Amino acid sequence: MITLKVNGTERTVDVDPDMPLLWVLRDTLGLTGTKFGCGMALCGACTVHINGEAARSCVTPISSVSGKSITTIEGLSANGLHPLQKAWMELNVPQCGYCQSGQIMQAAAMLNKKRDITDQDIDDEMSGNICRCGCFKRIRTAIKSAAEGRA
Amino acid sequence: MSTLQEVSRRGFLQGVLSSGALVLCARFVPSHVWAADVPGGTSVDRAMLHTDVWAGINPDGTVFIITSRSEMGTGIRTSLPMVLADELDADWKRVKIEQALGNEKLYGDQDTDGSHSIRSFFDVMRQSGATARTMLTQAAAQRWGVPVGECAADLHTIVHRPSGRRWGYGELAADAAKLPVPKKEDLQFKPRSAWRYIGKGTSSYDLQDLCTGKAMYGMDARVDGMVYASVEHPPVLGGKVKSYDDQKALQVKGVQQTVPIDPFKGAWGFQPLGGVAVIANNTWSAFQGRKRLNIAWDDGPNANYSSDTYRKELEKTARQPGKVVRNEGNVDAAFSSGAKIIEAGYYLPHLAHAAMEPLVATADFKDGKVTVWAPTQSPQSVIDTLSSVLGISKDDVTCHVTLLGGGFGRKSKPDFVAEAAVLSRKLGKPVKVVWTREDDIQFDYLHSVSAMYLKAAVDAKGRPTAWLHRSVFPPIGSMNDPKATTGDEISMGASDVPYSIPNLRVENGEALAHIRIGWLRSVGNIYNAFAVQTFTDELAHAAGRDPVEYLLDLIGPPRVLNIKDASEPGYPFDTARLRRVTEIAAEKAGWGKRKFGHGTGIGIAAHRSFLTYVATVVEVEVNDKGEVRIPHVFTAVDAGTIVNPGLVRLQFEGAAVFGTSIARSGEITVQNGRVVQTNFNNYPVSRMSEAPLEISVHLIDSNDPPAGVGEPGVPPFVPALGNAIFSATGKRLRELPLSKANLARQIA
Repeated sequence: MITLKVNGTERTVDVDPDMPLLWVLRDTLGLTGTKFGCGMALCGACTVHINGEAARSCVTPISSVSGKSITTIEGLSANGLHPLQKAWMELNVPQCGYCQSGQIMQAAAMLNKKRDITDQDIDDEMSGNICRCGCFKRIRTAIKSAAEGRA
Repeated sequence: MSTLQEVSRRGFLQGVLSSGALVLCARFVPSHVWAADVPGGTSVDRAMLHTDVWAGINPDGTVFIITSRSEMGTGIRTSLPMVLADELDADWKRVKIEQALGNEKLYGDQDTDGSHSIRSFFDVMRQSGATARTMLTQAAAQRWGVPVGECAADLHTIVHRPSGRRWGYGELAADAAKLPVPKKEDLQFKPRSAWRYIGKGTSSYDLQDLCTGKAMYGMDARVDGMVYASVEHPPVLGGKVKSYDDQKALQVKGVQQTVPIDPFKGAWGFQPLGGVAVIANNTWSAFQGRKRLNIAWDDGPNANYSSDTYRKELEKTARQPGKVVRNEGNVDAAFSSGAKIIEAGYYLPHLAHAAMEPLVATADFKDGKVTVWAPTQSPQSVIDTLSSVLGISKDDVTCHVTLLGGGFGRKSKPDFVAEAAVLSRKLGKPVKVVWTREDDIQFDYLHSVSAMYLKAAVDAKGRPTAWLHRSVFPPIGSMNDPKATTGDEISMGASDVPYSIPNLRVENGEALAHIRIGWLRSVGNIYNAFAVQTFTDELAHAAGRDPVEYLLDLIGPPRVLNIKDASEPGYPFDTARLRRVTEIAAEKAGWGKRKFGHGTGIGIAAHRSFLTYVATVVEVEVNDKGEVRIPHVFTAVDAGTIVNPGLVRLQFEGAAVFGTSIARSGEITVQNGRVVQTNFNNYPVSRMSEAPLEISVHLIDSNDPPAGVGEPGVPPFVPALGNAIFSATGKRLRELPLSKANLARQIA
């Protein structure tokens, strides 16, 4: 039995300690906003926050987050209106949308640390997150917009 | 099962009383995403006023609109209903969109590929909207006892113009439902000037769900009592399981059993590949169990397929006469006339689709019938394939279309759905088959590898007097006829070349497929446009002429072309439109006004595909290490009437990134019949830092009928980038990906 805090609520799960957090969230807890894309921390679709830091849940064994605080896209904001989510909507960022939970969670962790961000910062922080539809230009603009408090 | 799921399951079942209903995860029931599967049909069918299968209006004024097309990111789920809402003069805020089940009888062709959704359904949507509007208007006129001509629709109300009285649509729905449905030929359509939404557009209907993790994809489907499956496929096409040992797999916690799947019979089509499935109570355990299977394979004859030797065969074939598909004038005479000859060979590798959502499907086979939930581009193909593979009637297959996490053509081939159905029948319970990324890349229907050979005789101005184009590729048709060696792909950018050249011949060389080949976003246009538009740039430079001026010279004077397979009724191939996008893209990019070279470059390409005319200018910077940056892309698009310009822009921005992936790193190779690449580490796709920094899309205002937008942005981008790299470095890219070209040495 492993206990962790997910979006502010304590959850106890009885799974293989090696099972990645991604599959505990999706299959055990039914939180499907976090996506499976590659299983090897190559695409970023599974990005969540572990104690506030962006992490790839697909390679994070559940045993390693025992007692830690996990935030998923479902818990990023109370009403789905985190400044990044607002910016994403104002700028019509998504196409298929599958990668966007991971993109938003990655960007949110960056903005938590830093508000004065450059294009280079965005490249550095966001290049682990693939968007096959090719929304990068709008993701970049949306992050800047949220960082500057415009969204 | 956790409490969370129990609660949501109850909530869902209260609303939807059906067997096999989805049990959705926490906190919400996104009924708008999943097709209704209840007695009485869709919300449209149950609405007070429903004149056809598309639109329904309830007394509270809610307008339901059915969308029959699959949503993979193009926004089609939004844009087609918007056309209906416009003609109905409905308030978009009061529209609810519902996804159709697969049903060809009701909705016609639902295969969402070939960039034809708007083209094929624009008028269907308008007719439906006009029908309901007409009936609402008549109902209001009757109620007021006034001539119908004095009444008109005005944003969800019918207004009596002389008096200014109004009834809301909801208030009129019951009366309108009693009226006869007007004949199609009696309908009056809005004039273009009165369009409320078409041409102005709206954001995606699902936008909020897409940004909050609530959007439900095939990967998110859940059915009560389902198990999870992961399938070890034969590594070589046509391979079979000789024997297998599952002892270690069964020791994995959560693994329940293993199940062999029969290999396909005859032509592979969309049948399952076969192999061994590991069944578990969660996805990860199924993946883990698979790693512990010990399978002996009989690979079969395709184990001889290797990319390096196959390339040599393709290139050899490209230098020999092939099947003539277009022949004008006398190319041979022109080539032997002593004119200057320029020739070049081009080669592009296989590509994988690699949509962000790996393939996944959930099936529930019960009492001789099967219900599936799948991110499919083609519910009809699902129904046909499952009917054939399971040996049941098409009427006994119910296909729910979920949102798709990307598609690019792969998700119109339902082999993965058939796997889930076969397993569900064998196990007697619902099964969710989840492909890993490795499965997704290794068991794709690959974009065809291709070799092209182009040859021109040129006059004193460097203008071709003769043009020969040969393309060789294992054809898509091999999936239904494994002996097929040529295909319609030749008409995608080769035989429809729009150049004004007196002697012109296009040939298709023969090649057999040894791996599954399929269509990928823009299909044969990728390789044909790459060859034609690169060769054009080569000819321009050989002539010492400006590439834009030269390209326009080859396109020639404005005229309508009469080329087989290059036009459809209402969609002639009009070179004036290709000229115009070329001129506009060049102008927007400031072509000719800036100096390039020594590491900075600019290139152009123009191409018509899916009846849409596109020209793209790409700017590049190549540093001394040979690293390529793309600061700016300029694309001009003439897609006829544009319904939703905001979302169309997204398609062309995305096409530039998709094209960047193809050009930079797109390469699947095969060794001994096995795909070498496995995941995004060795099949890289464009990331933020590699994608074009700025993409300017210019949409031409047009009253012509609507044409395609999902695919046509890809073909011109790739050669435009190559031409820009030539401009920057002097290095000509005749093959891709450019990650294999050493650009570092080229800078002076």
